[in-house]
Order: sequence, then structure tokens, then C-alpha cells
Amino acid sequence: MRDVAIVGFAQSPSHPDPIHNDVETLTPVIAEAVKRSGIPRKEIGFICSGSCDYLTGVPFAFVSALDAVGAWPPVRESHVEMDGAWALYEAWVRLQVGDVDSALVYGFGKSSVGDTRDISVAQLDPYYVAPLWPDSVSMAALQARALLEGDRRQETGDSARYTERDFAEVVARNLKNAKRNQLAQVAGVFDVEMLLQAPYDVSPLREHDCPPVSDGAAAIVLAAGELARKVHERPAWISGIDHRIEAHSLGARDLAKSPSAALAAEKAGAGQGSIDVAELHAPFSHQELILRDAMGLGEEVEINPSGGALAANPIMATGLIRIGEAASRVMNGTAKRALGHATSGPCLQQNLVCVMEAG
Amino acid sequence: MQTLVSFDFMSDASPSTQPEVLSAQHVLEYPYKRSLGPVIGRFFTSLREGRIEGVRTAAGRVIVPPTEYDPETSEPLSEFVEVGTSGVVTSWAWVTNPRPNHPLQRPFAWVLIKLDGADTAMLHAVDAGSESGMATGMRVRVRWAAEREGGIKDIECFEAEGS
Amino acid sequence: MSDEPLTMLRSPLKLEYTYTAGEISTRFLRGFAEGKILGRRCPECDKVYVPPRGNCPICTSAMDREVELAHTGTITKFCIVNLPFAARNIEIPYVSASVLLDGADVSIFHLIQEIPYNEIRIGMRVEAVWEKPEHRIPGMESILYFRPNREPDVDVNLFEDAGA
Repeated sequence: MRDVAIVGFAQSPSHPDPIHNDVETLTPVIAEAVKRSGIPRKEIGFICSGSCDYLTGVPFAFVSALDAVGAWPPVRESHVEMDGAWALYEAWVRLQVGDVDSALVYGFGKSSVGDTRDISVAQLDPYYVAPLWPDSVSMAALQARALLEGDRRQETGDSARYTERDFAEVVARNLKNAKRNQLAQVAGVFDVEMLLQAPYDVSPLREHDCPPVSDGAAAIVLAAGELARKVHERPAWISGIDHRIEAHSLGARDLAKSPSAALAAEKAGAGQGSIDVAELHAPFSHQELILRDAMGLGEEVEINPSGGALAANPIMATGLIRIGEAASRVMNGTAKRALGHATSGPCLQQNLVCVMEAG
Repeated sequence: MQTLVSFDFMSDASPSTQPEVLSAQHVLEYPYKRSLGPVIGRFFTSLREGRIEGVRTAAGRVIVPPTEYDPETSEPLSEFVEVGTSGVVTSWAWVTNPRPNHPLQRPFAWVLIKLDGADTAMLHAVDAGSESGMATGMRVRVRWAAEREGGIKDIECFEAEGS
Repeated sequence: MSDEPLTMLRSPLKLEYTYTAGEISTRFLRGFAEGKILGRRCPECDKVYVPPRGNCPICTSAMDREVELAHTGTITKFCIVNLPFAARNIEIPYVSASVLLDGADVSIFHLIQEIPYNEIRIGMRVEAVWEKPEHRIPGMESILYFRPNREPDVDVNLFEDAGA
């Protein structure tokens, strides 16, 4: 396997933006990531993006984003209708071939344009589930209740069940971390008791247990071997990357656990050393608890110093940003080993884990 | 397949009241018609007749609603089994403010229900009246739609057994 | 109720959006309400794009120089449409064409009218026919169509990237 590292990362501030369209949001982010990588844009060998046309409401909307990369002379390019984290996976695979040494990856989306709670229904089983229109918060709430009533012993040896207080503590921790993140949308010091007084949205989830509606974009530049060493003092080397998906049918899954996150973490080598920092893509507070248990991330791991998806959720970039945030801490020397996670599909159906190490 | 996309630009009154950027309401509408195939077709045909069927895997697991392939082994499935029209709630979530597309337009519970004889749960709604009427483990039974056309909404919702 | 087994399911999908044109497109669209066709020039490549974008699609430089384009141009490509299209009320067959406006480096699409469809040719010179000023809106429909302006045909092979 070829050694591939992250050598550049940039993201836009996350907020609903009625003024700028997708391309206008994305262009400065790509320019910044490329600049930070030290590799001239025209020398980058492969370009891959992640976005969702349903967010924009226009078929093939992602094609217009090529204005942000300058696709002339023609470039090697690909796209996934997924979070940019999966575009990063494809770029990593592409670099293994050996004929190109660098890749530009980006994810973007304007969640404010449509109603993402309803748009998410379009990903569900069109025969058995979608006609009932269970929106994304409703689906997450079913999983949250399953967690409150589920048995944790298998993962943690702990017989105590999770409570709504645990959810509120996840929210408080993430939003307090977000105060140090100038690009986050929601941040602040929130008292857990006050959070528990808030009314339910779809019980057992409250509004603050759910992600904000964000527009945004992120970009990462990957480089292989010698090129990475040449352009960056401390590249974030990808020591393992893997993703797994569970069955489509919600009723066939144990929603309180995440076997796909566990397996992806195992195959990415997460357990092969201690993790200093983990950025987990948990748009709903209870999901951070499920993911920590699945991946065996104990109290010693710093979780979501960025504030995570509860602080900013530019859908289609959120997962890529987790990887970028984790990579940043390796690149700036504050972490030796970091984990970035991304999720896709209802109730953590599909999970990607990327483990990065200092050289 | 026709795609209906319509833009109606919001008109500006006068230069002094013009917003900085133009915006427009955009409706994306697709009139999909999906073929059912033999497995889903049989399930919906049974629903129309007031029966619920699942499909049995080689290992003996009964999947409801039925899938064409075993989710674990990917073997094709064709052995249909009738299951009960009542079952147990395995998870639920209370909707205080239903959205326009939701199956009920008064507060209700989303549920995962394991029907009697099934080994997997199906997603639907329970008309419980209030959140205090819901509990994991409670038994519910089908309330059939007055007019059944062949779809998951032939089950209007579920209601507590004994109600 | 039929006794036939079911084979199809109607599953319509309807989603609603509030679309923003962005700053650059807003200026472009507003230009039509004022009877103007606005493009933008790339300071590095020196090419003029219409409709305009914020960044050059080739070098990604910011294109902050607005250029007002002529209302005349040359047909670089065209097609004769024989099928009725749901949204339009035009007599068929009609011609849809790429028109390279004088001053631009990429073409716009529009209708060609006031000439029999079988007399239209590549290289033909055309001019915009506008909606009455009081009926113009911020959109390309403020131009009703293009029609021949009786200037002699141009050899499009003389244009660099004329296929655009």
C-alpha cells in the first residue's frame, strides 16, 4: 500500500447563507486548501467531490461546482452522492494506483435551501417506509429510545443504561468545545439541567439534541509518499481507512449498537494504538454515545474538540470536516494519533473511519 | 418520465426595496411509478386483502415486511408466511407536532413493531392519544384503512390492543 | 376492488426549495429587466463569460469586471426541435440556437424566429428582440427570441473555441 497523507484542509464558516450559492461558498474553500497544501492546483492529479443533488433540488447540480476547481485542461475527476468523506476514500483508493501523487477532495451543500428533514425521506425504502414520511429527526428518535432501553453490557461491561441526561451532557460538551471554533454555527456554555427542561421535538430528542441547519463546504488535499514529505512538515498520514454498511431495513438492525462503526474502526486499525483525538460525525447527541461504545473510545480520548455536528452540520461536508479537524491536530503537532469518522444513511447505517498518525 | 420543475421569481416592487439577491420558490416533483416484483407485490396484495405476510429465510427467520433476499446471506427468498396483525412495540418516538406528510395529523407515535410470528420489526405509527399511552413492550393491533389500494398505508396505523 | 395481484406502486416525490441566485447571477438577471445583457471578464484569461460566474471556470480567478454585451451575435450551432415541450407554447418545428454575442467568448442559448427553420445556418448574424420595457423581468425571457439582422454570414472557423 502507498502511504497517503492529508497535507491541506480548509472549511467555510457554517451558517444558513441566503446570499451565496454553492459554488460561491465552495470556491474560496478550495483555493485555501490548495494554498495550504503547497501543491499548485494544476499539478493536483485527481479531483473528487461529495454532494447531494437533492439538497440543491436540481439534477446534476454538482456539475456546476467544477467552476470552483478550474476543469480546463480537462481533469481526472469523480463525484459521489455522499458526504465528502467518501470522496476522500475514493481519492485514497485512486492514489494507490500509483500514477498520480495528489488529490483534491471537497464536500459541500446548502441545507438551508430545502427542508432536510423531508429530503432525507428520499433515501428510505420507497415501498415500505418512505410513503409514511418519517423525517430524519423521527428516525433518530426511534434510535435514541432504543438506546435508552438497550443493554450496554456487551460493549462496556456497564449495566447502567444511558439516560436523557447523558444526551444533554453530550450537547453541553460539544457546544462548549465549539466556543473555540470560529467556524462553528452554534456554541455556548449550557447548563445540563436547563437543557433537560426544554420541550421534546420528537421524544426522546429535544431540539438541541439535533443538528443545526448549515450551509458550508470543506476541502482536503491528499498527497502520497515523497510529495507529502516535500510539501508539509507534519503530514497527517492515513494509517488506515475503512467503511462498512448495515442492512437497509431499519427493523432488521439493532439500533442501539453500531456494528458497522465497530468493524470499520477495527479494519482501519483504530485499536492498534492509543487515540489522542477523535472527531465523530454524530448529528444527534445519542449517536456520539453509540459510536464511542462501538469504537471502544474511552474517557482518555478527546472527543470533538471542534464541537462536532451539533455545532455545525453542513450536510455533505460534515463528515469530511471531522476527518479534516482530526488531521489538523496531527498537522499542528497537538496529536500523534487521531481518528476521523463519518456517517451516512438513517440511524448510523453506514460508517467510515479514518485513522491518521504523525510520521 | 416527466420532470416538473417550475420557477416563479419573486417580483421586486421598486429599486429601493430590492433585496440584495434574487430568490425563487422551486418545486421539484417526480411522478414515480415503481414496479413491485413478486415479493413486494405479494405483500401489498395481501395487505389489500387484510392479511400480512412475511418471508422465511433458510435459517428460519421470518422477515416482515418481506425482502427479496436474505439480508445476511443474500440468498433469494420465496417462502411466504402469514404473520399476525398484532404485535409488540420494540421502540417508539412521540410526535407532538405532526408534519404535513406524516401518517396522522394529531400527535402520534412512530413505532417499530414486531408482529406475532415475525423476527424483524416494521416501521409504522400508533394512534395512542397521548404519550403516556406508549411503552416499549406494549401490544398493538392493525387499524386497516377504509379504502385499501395496495401500499403500506393500507395499514392506516396501529392502536393499542384492548383499546 | 380488482382481484389481480398488484404490480405497480405510485410513489410521487414532491420537495420544495427556496433557491438563491447568488450575487453574480442576481446582477445578470436584473440586467435583463433593464434591457442589458451582462457578462464578466477573467483578468487572467481575458475571456468574457455569459452568463457570468464569480470565478473563471478555467483558472478560477475572481471575475469582478462586468462587461455589457451587444445585442447582436452569430449563430454557432442550432437544432430544429420537432417535439412539443410541455412548458412552451411555440409552433413546431422551431429552432433553438447557440448565439455567440459580439464581445463574448461563450454562447448563450435562445430561440431563432422570424425566419423559416430550414433557412437558418451556422454563421448567420442575428439580433435580440426584446419584450416591451414595461414587461421586462429579471430573466432571460425578457429577450423573446433572436432574428436575422441581415448582415452577411460570418465564417465561424475564424473564432477561437468557436464550438463553445
